[in-house]
Amino acid sequence: MSAAVTAHESEAAETHEQRALGFWLYLMGDAVIFALLFATYVIMVNNTDGGPGGKALFNLRNAGIETALLLVSSTTFGFASLCTRTGNRGAVLFWLLVTFVLGAGFVFLELREFAGMIRAGAGPDRSGFLSAFFTLVGTHGLHVSMGLTWILILSGQVMMKGLSVPVTSRLFRLGLFWHFLDIAWVGIFSIVYLPGLL
Amino acid sequence: MENHKSEHGLSSYLIGFVLAVVLTAIPFYVVITHALPPQRTLLVIGIAAILQILVHLRFFLHLNFTSTPKENLLAIVFTAVLIFIMVGGSFWIMFDLHSRMAI
Repeated sequence: MSAAVTAHESEAAETHEQRALGFWLYLMGDAVIFALLFATYVIMVNNTDGGPGGKALFNLRNAGIETALLLVSSTTFGFASLCTRTGNRGAVLFWLLVTFVLGAGFVFLELREFAGMIRAGAGPDRSGFLSAFFTLVGTHGLHVSMGLTWILILSGQVMMKGLSVPVTSRLFRLGLFWHFLDIAWVGIFSIVYLPGLL
Repeated sequence: MENHKSEHGLSSYLIGFVLAVVLTAIPFYVVITHALPPQRTLLVIGIAAILQILVHLRFFLHLNFTSTPKENLLAIVFTAVLIFIMVGGSFWIMFDLHSRMAI
């Protein structure tokens, strides 16, 4: 911080940093939830009860496209964060919109996969393996859906309130959340989809 | 939040993106082509995943040892310890039980 910063501004920055720490602690709690869902999945993966396993159910192309959508959306959110620094409201909104469309594409592909599995008689009630699968991947999908809602709300705030200090600070925390979800997805394709298709 | 903004620039996201693409392409390629035996493939998937998570933390979440507040680093280390105990403990108990019950 430069000496020119007024006391008021540095005070505001301090509360935003405290909120960033609070949000970081929430993310760590979320990381524990995901880690335990991963552990449950790994323990349950062979309990198919004579039903279909990962090899019959998973589609590598679908998982690959989902991975690409989420990774690109993480990068485009980074671009939105960069544009908040120059104060370019239009660019921030544009990159938030791109991120939203990519995230929505991800959720669409996931819901289509779930619907296809349930129609084929491989719903979460079929076996322990499928219960663990739907809980883990569904929890992640729910997080992404919440992130999408959050993007819409903050886009509205950027439009109505502009890139004020509180709005920028909220965008920063949404960024942490969105990048975190991509990390959770790296775990999902590495533990669920790729080993399932071996 | 800190003044290390230059290293959080566009290049950070682009480097992270390229590294993540490479670290995603390798495990997908190995699984599609069946180039390696299953055990080796799992090893490649695991190593690529760990490296990719580190890439995301470094280039997207901008974690590092100089500008990231100590509390955040402490929280992530504490979380890692918790995860190690809970996940490791679950595996220990369940796989031990499994091997005792299976035969």
